[in-house]
Amino acid sequence: MSTTSPVASFYNDHSRTMIDWLKSWFLTIDHKRIAILYLITINIFFLLGGAAATVLRAELVTPQADLVQSDTYNKLFTLHGVIMIFFFLVPSIPAVLGNFLLPLMLGAKDLAFPRLNLLSWYVFFIGGLFALAATSLGGVDTGWTFYTPYSSTYANSNVILTATGIFIMGFSSILTGINFIVTIHKMRAPGLTWFRLPLFVWANYATSIIQVLATPVLGVSIALVAVERLLGVGIFDPALGGDPLLFQHLFWFYSHPAVYIMILPAMGVISELISCYSRKRVFGYEFIALSSIAIAVIGFFVWGHHMFVSSQSVYSGLVFSFLSYLVAIPSAIKVFNWTATLYKGSISYSTPMLYAMGFMGVFVIGGLTGLFLAASALDVHVHDTYFVVAHFHYIMVGGAIMAYLGGLHYWWPKITGRLYSEIWGRLSALIIFVGFNLTFFPQFFLGYLGMPRRYHVYPEEFQVLHVLSSAGSTILGIGYMIPIIYLLVSLRYGEIAKSNPWRAKGLEWQTTSPPPTENFEHTPIVTEEAYAYPPEEPERDAASYRPGSPL
Amino acid sequence: MWGFPLFPEQASTVAGQIDLLYFALVGLSLIFAGILPFVVLYLIVRYHRSMKADRSNPINSSLKLELTWSIIPFILSMGVFFWSTFLFFQINADPDDPLEIYVIGKQWMWHLQHPNGKRENNELHVPVGQPIKLIMTSQDVIHSFYIPAFRLKKDVVPGRYTTMWFEPTKTGEYHLFCAEYCGTEHSAMIGRVVVLPLPDYQRWLTTEEPAILPDGSTISTGVSSDSGGSMAEIGAQVFQQQGCVSCHRTDSAARAPVLNNIFGKPTSLASGETLTVDEEYLRESILRPQAKITVGYGPIMPTFEGQLTEDQVLQLIAYIKSLSDVDANEENQ
Ligand code: HEC
Ligand SMILES: [Cu+2]
Ligand SMILES: [Cu+2]
Repeated sequence: MSTTSPVASFYNDHSRTMIDWLKSWFLTIDHKRIAILYLITINIFFLLGGAAATVLRAELVTPQADLVQSDTYNKLFTLHGVIMIFFFLVPSIPAVLGNFLLPLMLGAKDLAFPRLNLLSWYVFFIGGLFALAATSLGGVDTGWTFYTPYSSTYANSNVILTATGIFIMGFSSILTGINFIVTIHKMRAPGLTWFRLPLFVWANYATSIIQVLATPVLGVSIALVAVERLLGVGIFDPALGGDPLLFQHLFWFYSHPAVYIMILPAMGVISELISCYSRKRVFGYEFIALSSIAIAVIGFFVWGHHMFVSSQSVYSGLVFSFLSYLVAIPSAIKVFNWTATLYKGSISYSTPMLYAMGFMGVFVIGGLTGLFLAASALDVHVHDTYFVVAHFHYIMVGGAIMAYLGGLHYWWPKITGRLYSEIWGRLSALIIFVGFNLTFFPQFFLGYLGMPRRYHVYPEEFQVLHVLSSAGSTILGIGYMIPIIYLLVSLRYGEIAKSNPWRAKGLEWQTTSPPPTENFEHTPIVTEEAYAYPPEEPERDAASYRPGSPL
Repeated sequence: MWGFPLFPEQASTVAGQIDLLYFALVGLSLIFAGILPFVVLYLIVRYHRSMKADRSNPINSSLKLELTWSIIPFILSMGVFFWSTFLFFQINADPDDPLEIYVIGKQWMWHLQHPNGKRENNELHVPVGQPIKLIMTSQDVIHSFYIPAFRLKKDVVPGRYTTMWFEPTKTGEYHLFCAEYCGTEHSAMIGRVVVLPLPDYQRWLTTEEPAILPDGSTISTGVSSDSGGSMAEIGAQVFQQQGCVSCHRTDSAARAPVLNNIFGKPTSLASGETLTVDEEYLRESILRPQAKITVGYGPIMPTFEGQLTEDQVLQLIAYIKSLSDVDANEENQ
């Protein structure tokens, strides 16, 4: 990328040869460059996971198997799940936006352990290579959930390669988590007390705790699958004296909290967006901040809600159901506080704000349908059906990806020094919202009708709903392609961004766009809370509106 | 393809109750999902920067509001929690005097055996208006027995028995799905549940039909055939053939507990524990006898793990149960 901004940015380099240039990127310890490395890598994974989803949706247009046969279908949904969860969603907001912004928001020069940060990208990348190798050598067909004894004994696909990839990727998640926790504790600028931190930082703090505490359990469970497969040690397969449900307990002990690894940072982004585009301090700051921590803590004790029909005891069912309702409350608190933030604000419909509003709409539906699934008796019916598929896509695609895109747009000028096309931005936000809902809303009906997940042939009466869903996914797919195009175009042709194009609060906006390698010329000193918009700011902003200026 | 349903048929006693809970949740959701978006829409239009509005004295925190919107959802969700948990316990509590049917799942087929010895594959014939209990296990990986019209499913797990009961309320044919991903042909592991009036069911029980056994061989099944008679009768034969009878006998040469009248009764273990004898306990006592030793006996029973098929274990259990439950024994004839 050519750098035209007047002040030296972190893109500037003095490398004269190609090798130097490569070194300046692949051996960089600058958190901003590492964030860019992540950005590129995870977006490639996103495209791959999306391509798999496209084939799945195309296959599901008809009740028979026509496009792909069962084996291919099973490998495709496994690929889709593994890639999207472990190689896209888990790293997405923390590793890209978090990496880029955390030091900036804290007024720091870098993360606490810059080399560790680079290492975690390499570890991630190597993990990804293993997963890709598994795919190109024929794929794996266990589902991203790797349920035993299917995965440990019966499957004859590349389980071990994929498991190794996820095992390795887990370390990158842990390393990033440790790095963030230490950075937030130790590297805050003078005056930046805990309750002056942006909510994005709080969210990433809570996420990091989960990453550090839960990921090792994933590593262990997946390693045990490999051990049983390779050495025939009886751990999960009852034929060898193992217990198949043990795996589910271990797996969900990570994978439920993993949902919060994906959604908490998203919530952090939303708080930033809503505040900026309402020109107001976030309503109930402390409640939003602490609710992230509450979610992280309670989220560790709800894993059994994935096992209501697994033959676990009814009393476990009772406890896990209760805790699942409890964990929903902090999320509700956030939604209400965001809504209250809008009151008496001065709102603009900029692209990131549209994503934030879209997030709220779909997140509410995703969250509420979670309450259906937490109802043990109801889950008996809808467990492992499309109802679940719809629910978690509302949280993870509707929620996490929309927030990721909203955040990417919001901080794009900071990251690249360029402004994107506002018209295309808003248009694609709308297309994504419509496409998303058309894809996944019919799936709630499918699920309640009894359509099991992971079926590529199905009874004819489900076809209409499947066709609707596939039609929606086409729109959604187009919606995702548009930003890729205009964001890339903006790198060359976009208007040069000022330091603070959105007139937002937050230390990251006080430095140049894109920031210099050291982030700040002088370490900033913080004297006010986060989102310190003056009380008259909404009025002033509304008064400055002229007919004809952008909405 | 046209005229597609948006709501599944209700065909069991619990279906209506689960749907009621579902609609209650839909109603509650509408209060939030139906109102909140409009509040948000109203706010973003009302307070759009182009709109003249009173923006003075914005507040940015209020303990009262925070408490309100934490406590109300909490109370509502607790209501749902108690309701659903109550139902959940009901779904999981065994009914009185059910008709018992044995299910074996394997990649990628359901095998079902009725107490009288009749077997079927991927189909389950049951009488209407009677509680039915399925005792299920898997020969390989985890499957899940799912009947949407009954709103019920239960995982079918290798190495243990899971049970599920229902009472069909309407005759007809309903989907049977495997809901737990189990490998290549998972989506072909489907079938149907046929709910018949009692006389038709009884007639069906005695019609001869071929069935595939879990080991893959085909036999003709039905009581009049030479497939061996009822499950308990076949179980009695297995009991002889496997030499169980050399230890478990009523005469003075017995070196093991008599198995008459033990099912459903408490038993004392050498470890001091007392348990009620159920299918799971019998299974373990046969396959891994050392795990739980009956008080007063030595650990001399050999393990039968790997020597008996799932089918045979079920038959042995049916036999041991027939030694206990005279009523059920008669009913099954
Ligand atoms: C070598 C003698 C021996 C043989 C053969 C034998 N058992 Fe046993 N069995 C015992 C003894 C001794 C006990 C009590 C100690 C224990 O629980 O292991 C017992 C316990 C049991 C129990 C638990 C009874 C209770 O009251 O808790 C069951 C059920 C059982 N056996 C079934 C079988 C079956 C079915 C077979 C044939 C497949 C069989 N046994 C073969 C010796 C034997
Ligand atoms: Cu969960
Ligand atoms: Cu299956």
